[in-house]
Amino acid sequence: MRASSSRGLSTAAKAPVGDSMLALSGAEFLLSMVEARWAARNGDTRKMDSQLKTQQELEKIAEQLAKLEALPGQNEDTRGQIQQLHERVHALESQLAVPSATWLKIELARHPQRPHTLEYIERIFTDWSEIHGDRGFGDDPAMVCGMARFRGEEVMVLGTEKGRDTKQRVFRNFGLPNPEGYRKALRVMKIAEKFSRPVISLVDVTGANPGVGAEERGQAEAIARNLRDMSRLQVPIVTAITGEGGSGGALAIAVADRVLMMENAMYSVISPEACAAIMWRDSSKKEFAAEALHITASDLDRFGCIDEIIREPEGGAHTDPAAAAELLAESLHKNLVQLKTIPIPQLLAARYDKFRRMAQFFQTEP
Amino acid sequence: MAWFKRQSGELDATGEKKVRTEGLWVKCENCRQIIWKKDLEDNLQVCPKCEKHFRIDARARLAQLLDDDQYETFDGNLVSTDPLQFTDLKSYSSRLAQAQAETGLTDAVINARGKLNGRPVIVSAMEYSFIGGSMGAVVGEVITRAIEEAGRTKTPLVIVSASGGARMMEGVISLMQLAKISAALARLDEARVPYISVLTDPTTGGVTASFAMLGDLNLAEPGALIGFAGPRVIEQTIRQKLPQGFQRSEFLLEHGMLDAVVSRKDLKPYIARALDFMAA
Ligand SMILES: [Zn+2]
Repeated sequence: MRASSSRGLSTAAKAPVGDSMLALSGAEFLLSMVEARWAARNGDTRKMDSQLKTQQELEKIAEQLAKLEALPGQNEDTRGQIQQLHERVHALESQLAVPSATWLKIELARHPQRPHTLEYIERIFTDWSEIHGDRGFGDDPAMVCGMARFRGEEVMVLGTEKGRDTKQRVFRNFGLPNPEGYRKALRVMKIAEKFSRPVISLVDVTGANPGVGAEERGQAEAIARNLRDMSRLQVPIVTAITGEGGSGGALAIAVADRVLMMENAMYSVISPEACAAIMWRDSSKKEFAAEALHITASDLDRFGCIDEIIREPEGGAHTDPAAAAELLAESLHKNLVQLKTIPIPQLLAARYDKFRRMAQFFQTEP
Repeated sequence: MAWFKRQSGELDATGEKKVRTEGLWVKCENCRQIIWKKDLEDNLQVCPKCEKHFRIDARARLAQLLDDDQYETFDGNLVSTDPLQFTDLKSYSSRLAQAQAETGLTDAVINARGKLNGRPVIVSAMEYSFIGGSMGAVVGEVITRAIEEAGRTKTPLVIVSASGGARMMEGVISLMQLAKISAALARLDEARVPYISVLTDPTTGGVTASFAMLGDLNLAEPGALIGFAGPRVIEQTIRQKLPQGFQRSEFLLEHGMLDAVVSRKDLKPYIARALDFMAA
């Protein structure tokens, strides 16, 4: 790639000035087209595909202009025209910088005041008795597990906890679980299974911890085992994605009979920042990546990857944590009541079928 | 005419460096020795001087594992529908078309039925050169079907992984394949049908965090990069250089995460021996 672009530059450098005038009017023409199309979108912010395309086209035009600028022997006139075109590109770029509806949701999902797992546990359950440790390596404060009562019924609750203040955040490793966290979660799920108590998991996790220790202790193995064993756990499981649903680190506690997702939560295979860094080679393109990845609750619902969207108070869960907790509790309760009427063999068959049929986006060639 | 050529090629979708070789000789990227290509081929693409295991494609893998290069492929006609209509600097549909043209496959895996030292097996071999062996809806479905076929016919299953993980251009669709495959493996486990997972260079991300780590035996080729998070991600997170040999097969073996590190020439006899143990 490097070779071809340097070849492009050297050809351009040798081009006579007449060609550069031609290139300039070409760039001007392209820019006018982009401007016209952008104006025609009529302020529809959902049309992010066009926003993305516009951004890419502008980058190409800016590149062309930069090449033209680098050419020797240009007169005042040409330089002035290039400058004008640059300004038009910048003007359009600044319009593009307005955050999209999707990005606003992501900011809500990650809002520092958004209720966390322990806060929901405190508001929704009674008689919470925490269970620690994986019986192998240690206790992971990023994953909280415990027995609780939910509207009078015994349940096992588990979830990821990011921590509120700085000290808590550090203690809880910003809610990034290590393998022992996932192993603790599975251990308590098996306790629930043994005593026929339903499992409720609350997911708010940026991702499984990427670290030396996590790799040494088998982060991948821990997640994989959870995926397999949750699929056959012989009690009802209800999961709610309350904030961030960060890839395998979220799924490892979300292979459930019902997967609920709060209105402003997100669920993704990769963070928009990491996706932008890889695919656009520029992490500041996170908004485009977020849009392209389709990670909002309504996206997930449309793809059939979740069972229900839980409404949030106007402005997001942090504006009224009590109301948010109540809406979450209502939905958890409704789903648990339904699941408890289903005999376990049917429940397991339905859970299997659900994931078996999920996300089948392929076609068969003749 | 160039009798020796080494192009340090462009970056692919996963950022892995591809080394393309042409001509009669290749330079081993590990020991820097010049190897006669024929010697490399005769040695199953393992450097005769330093034992470096070169990456091989899915067809070469099937040819090495299955008797007399005789096997029947199945489910090779599934094609992604690009559910997200994903576009970054390039459209996913064009990446797919390019990968399909280059590999002659519809996606990053081949299912095959054949015999391994006389024992009937089903092998799913991943193709790393197809968008980094990444797993989207097609790979997820094809592997699930191999698992189901193994269960239905009580045939031992071997999955050879070579993958950067979930295919981000299929977003959460690709994530859900982890759950689907792992659930299918739970059923295979309950049916007591043997499943041998072979991890090759590289096996990372969602593939490691699902079927690659769920074998009755998890075997790896020497020197393979195996992990959950990519080394660059970890380096950026901890802001430190990673220790030598980190996330290589031998490192995982030392930490108890693999059952054995098996060199390519020993892989087939090792699996055959394991199947003797596991078969009733
Ligand atoms: Zn060598």
